[in-house]
Order: sequence, then C-alpha cells, then structure tokens
Amino acid sequence: MVNRSLFPALGLIGVAATAWYSERLTAPEVRPGPVRITYWEKWTGFEGDAMRAVVDEFNRSQDEIFVELLTVSGIQDKTLLATSGGNPPDVAGLFGPNVAQYADNMAVMPLTEFCKEAGIGPEDYIPCYWDIGFYKGEVYSLPTTPASTALHYNRALLKAAGLDPDRPPKTIEELDAYAEKLTKRNGSRIEVSGFLPNEPGWWNWSWGYFFGGTLLEGDTITANSPENIRAYEWIQSYTKKFGAGDIQAFRSGFGNFSSPQNPFMSQKVAMVLQGVWMYNFISQFAPELDWAAAPFPHPADRPDLAEPTLVDLDVLVIPVGAKHPKEAFEFIKFVQSQKGMELLCMGQRKHSPLREVSPGFYEKHPNPYIRLFTELAYSKNAIPAPKIGIWPEYQAELNSAFDEVYLMRKTPKEALNYVQARMTPLWEDYLLKQKLREQR
Amino acid sequence: MTLKEKKETRSALLFASPWVIGFCVFLAYPLLASIYYSFCDYSVLRPPVWIGLRNYTNLFQDEVFYKTLSNTAIYAIFALPLGMLVAIGLALLLNTKVRGLAVYRTIFFLPSLVPMVSLAVLWLWLFNGENGLVNIGLGFLGIKGPNWLSDPEWSKPALILLSLWGTGNAMVIYLAGLQDVPVQLYEAADLDGASPWDKVRNVTIPMISPVILFNLIMGIIGTLQVFTVPYVMFPGGSPARSTYFYTMYLFDNAFRYQKMGYACAMGWIMFVIILVLTMVSLRLSEKHVHYGGGA
Repeated sequence: MVNRSLFPALGLIGVAATAWYSERLTAPEVRPGPVRITYWEKWTGFEGDAMRAVVDEFNRSQDEIFVELLTVSGIQDKTLLATSGGNPPDVAGLFGPNVAQYADNMAVMPLTEFCKEAGIGPEDYIPCYWDIGFYKGEVYSLPTTPASTALHYNRALLKAAGLDPDRPPKTIEELDAYAEKLTKRNGSRIEVSGFLPNEPGWWNWSWGYFFGGTLLEGDTITANSPENIRAYEWIQSYTKKFGAGDIQAFRSGFGNFSSPQNPFMSQKVAMVLQGVWMYNFISQFAPELDWAAAPFPHPADRPDLAEPTLVDLDVLVIPVGAKHPKEAFEFIKFVQSQKGMELLCMGQRKHSPLREVSPGFYEKHPNPYIRLFTELAYSKNAIPAPKIGIWPEYQAELNSAFDEVYLMRKTPKEALNYVQARMTPLWEDYLLKQKLREQR
Repeated sequence: MTLKEKKETRSALLFASPWVIGFCVFLAYPLLASIYYSFCDYSVLRPPVWIGLRNYTNLFQDEVFYKTLSNTAIYAIFALPLGMLVAIGLALLLNTKVRGLAVYRTIFFLPSLVPMVSLAVLWLWLFNGENGLVNIGLGFLGIKGPNWLSDPEWSKPALILLSLWGTGNAMVIYLAGLQDVPVQLYEAADLDGASPWDKVRNVTIPMISPVILFNLIMGIIGTLQVFTVPYVMFPGGSPARSTYFYTMYLFDNAFRYQKMGYACAMGWIMFVIILVLTMVSLRLSEKHVHYGGGA
C-alpha cells in the first residue's frame, strides 16, 4: 500500500512544478543584446498602426534598445495600478490632462534633465502643446499626437436653409441665428438641429472659456465668474428656444459617435464643435458629406476672443519605478524628432505638435483643413484643460452643473455658485494635503 | 493527541490550505487594510498618511455623498419590494401543474443569466426615447413614452423596471421553497373550505417565510450595491446625477479621484448600513418567520 502522506507531498510538488514552468513560459527570454523596454499605449486600429510603424522604425534605426509596444485598454487605471505596485512599463501613453494628477502623486518622472541633455525645449513646439506637459516648473510629459477643435458644418444644409456655405458664422450671435434658421421641426418634433451646445458633450466644462472665463486663477477656483455665468446663460438659451423635452427626444435618436448614425454625419445636426480627428470618421462613415471646418465663433462684443480652440494632447511619460528610464527617454526622443513625429501624426491624420514640419507635409496630408487646425493651435485663445490635480472631480462637477442648467433645473448662477462652493474647500483640502506630502 | 490524530490534522490543514491562504491573502488582509486606509489620506500612489476621522467627518458634510445615498435608497425602496412581489408571483404561477412547466421555468429564469454589461447595452436600446421598443410599445397603447434615459425624473424608474429583468434567481429560490410546503397542509385547508387566496395567505406564505427573509436580506445587499448597469447606462450618473448611486461615487473616489482612503470610508459606512438593516429585518421578522423544523 502506498504511504498516504505521499499524496499531499506529490500535490505540493505538482503545484510547485506548474508554477515554475508557467513562470518560465511567460518570462521574457533573457539574451544578450538590446535593452528591451516596454511601452503601453491606448490606441487600436489605424491609430495603433501608426504608432507601431514609429516603434518599428526606432527598433530598426539602432540595435541598443528594443521597444515592445503593448496595446492596453483603460491605460490610466492600469498605469496607476502598475506604478503603485512597483512594476510599471518603461513608457506609458497617457492623456495630457491627467499628467498633473500623476505628477502630484510623484507617479511620473520629471523629464527636465533628459530634455536639456537632448536639446529638446519649448522652442521646438507649438506653445500650447509644450505647456500641457509643463507643470510646476518641470517637464513631465512630451507630446505624441495633438488635437485642436473647430466648427464643423454641413455645407449642404446651410445652402438648403438659404445661408452662404462659404460664410460660416463668425460670432456666437451669428451662430445662434444660423442655428435657428437651420433647425427644422415637424410639430413638436425636431428633425434637424442647427447647433446643440451638448453635442458631442465631451467638453461641457469648457464653454466658459469661449466667453473669456477661466476655471482657475492662480490658486483660486473661479467657476462662478461673470464670464462663466454668461456662457451657461447662453447654453440655457438653447433649451429655452427649443425646449428641454424636445431636445432630449431628438438627442435620444442619435447613434454612436463612431458610426454612420453619428448626428453630424447623418445630417441631423448641421454644425458641431469637433476636433481634427473628425475628418477620419467622416471619410470612413459619410464620405459623401459636403462639409467644411472653420474657427469656432466668439462673442461679438469680445473680438479679443476670436479663434478659440480646445487643445488636447496625447503624451508619453516615464512612470516612477520604470526599470530603464534612460533607454525609455531615447525612444521618446525619437518620437519627438521631426521624422518620428510626422510618421505618427500623418498615420493618425493629425497635425504635428512641432513648429517645424517637413516640406510637403500639408500637401500630402489627407485632411483638407489640416492647416486650419495647426493655425488654430497657435491661437492666443487656445484652451487646454486646466492643470489641476483635482481635475477629474472638477470636471464631473461642471458636467453636473451643465445638466442642471441645460435641463432648466437651476439658473446658471445657482448651478455655478454650487460648483464654486463645492470645489473651493475640496481644492483647499487638496492643496493642504499636497503641502503635507511634500514636507515629508 | 495521538500520532495518528496529529497526522490527520496536518493533512486536513494541508488540504484546506488553498482556501485558508486564499482567504487570508485575498479577503482578510484587504478587509483589514481597508479599515486602516479609511482613516488615512491615501492616493494609492503614495504611502498612506494617518488623518484620523477626517474622511468620515468630510463624508458627513459631502452633499454628493447624501445625493448618492438618497438615490440608492430610493432605488432600493422601489426595486426591492417590486422585485420580491414579482418573484413570488412568478414562483406561485410556476408552481402550478400545467403542461410545459419546465419550459416556462426556463424561460423566466433565462434573463437572469445575461451578463450585466450586455444587459445594460441592450436596455439602452430598449429605453431609447425616440426609437426604443418600450416607447414604441407604449405608443401602441396611445401613451407618449418619456425620455427614459435623458430625463432626470424617469431615469430611476427606468432602472427600477430594468431590475425586474434579474428576478429569475430569487424566483428559483422561492420555487424551491414552495415545493417544500407539505401537501397535507393544503389538503387540510381544502377540507376546511379555504379559498385559493386563503391558502396562499395562511399556508404558503408562512411556510416559505424563511425563504422570503433570505431573499429580503440578499435583496437589501444587492439593491444597495447596484453598480454595473447604471455605470454602463448612465456615465457619471447623468442626467443631473439622478442615477449617481453610492457605489458609483465610491468607485469614482477610489479610481478616478485617487481618494482611496475616502472610498474605503464610504465602503465601511455602507457595510454598517447593510448590517443595521439586516439586523432590523431579522428582529422585525422574528414573529412572522415560521421555521418548520424548529417549532
């Protein structure tokens, strides 16, 4: 008879053997040669392909470093968890507006010294894009692809409404007048809308800036400034004109953004605020659409606010705890070169965040309005998301205020006073904790 | 202890060790750690700093906390009794003797097997204000359906209706309870000339009362922790935070605002709320729950 105590022992050996073997199977091969660095990026599809081409080009260009590109969904959360677990990737592709939060938590390395050594500086970039990565005196991230926004409008619908398709609205007042002319109703049902302030609804927080407002001045929250209130009054004017219920019913018939049922592409909304990427979607889902892009209008009494544009950036960072920061920066440096950057931006059909572009970049570029988006990025009224560690919370609060105003549940003043009253102590608390953290 | 006993104890522990280790590492430790973190300023990325009761005092002054608490309470107050009534009703119907019963039981149980996220996406289409099947159906009845998803007055009712989709689980438990009710009791009631309703009221309900209590407690826990479906259907608790539930705010605090300590405090407050509600329902039910075996 077999000794019974043999079973547990055998079991343990089995478990150990499995663990050892699976570790061996999944561990990267160790071989002499290039330093392998990992790079996590969010993109898929053609945007992912564009970055892969850049990575391949870098890997071919030298034999010291080999970059392994991994497509990661939910990149923020995963980078956060991997960093706190002490096992982050060497390079991560984050969203520009999140960098302040990461930097405050010392989760990303300052790149200032690396940049100095490599001769990378503000003079190389369109100013607003350089600024996004610059926080509290340090460079924390460098750009990959940028985006600016403009008014996209449906030329055919303008023509049909008796408006000149070559003369898009220049002021907010004109925009409102156009919107009224373009809106078509069948009884109480809206069939076509000229413009809706919450379409696509991604930047509901931003309207104050279009009226000269800000959300933060120095260390003070300025949510309820007169300019912001004016912006929210403008937002509410659309509800007053077209009816909260009617707009809700109309909007609920919209399909997904990335589909032929997108309201702009299916000609349900004639004018939208959209980014440089919109061309990609139009050419995919509605190639026949007769459209154009122009700078977004500004209030007639504030000509100083002309050519407003929201600017956003995808960025590269080196998380704290990365095993090969030096090699990681070599790769980032390659992406910042004109060659790397144009390969990427042309592949993603965006403009370049660099000041210098190679001859023929614009001529070769498929987006007919690409020059406009570059010019807009130089505008003095370029609007980045505020660099503030509590931005996700601030944004959620502003979105909620937008809803309240848009649905006529609160006056603009009430809604923004509420945001102000809520965010001020939160912000003070955050600053205090930040100070305490820095002291230790 | 004899040698043999010692040996047996050792093997027993060894065989139980995967569970014991799993419990300690994946349950006991995180549980205890979260109590500690709830008294800390903890962003996950930086080491936690002890701040005493600050998270709790801040929470009690946080209007969004109360908003999410009231949203959750409203949802639970409607969804829980409604779900129980529907589940008991279905179970009673499915406990009769008709042909093709197994098929009906399967049909009514099937919806609760649909994964939550698919369910949410599916109902986004059904509740669509313009082209949704729900409103088209209401249209046939001459009722103009509301904008379920974008009107703050209707978003919670939409979720409450939707919660009925998952009653299959509770229904199966009731059904098992119903089949345990001794036939003699019904026969005796028949002899006494009881109507069908009398039998339900005086025989069935008392006999399945332990099952009802069980489902009530599971229901309290389930409805107070509602998360997946609203999280997918109503990003950020839109419109106007009308569907911003407790767990969603907890999640946002933990993973979007990097306030893990605050989120842990919220978790423990919810634990206390559920504990109290469970104890209250156990106490209140003492007189009404009839345990066949004990009496």
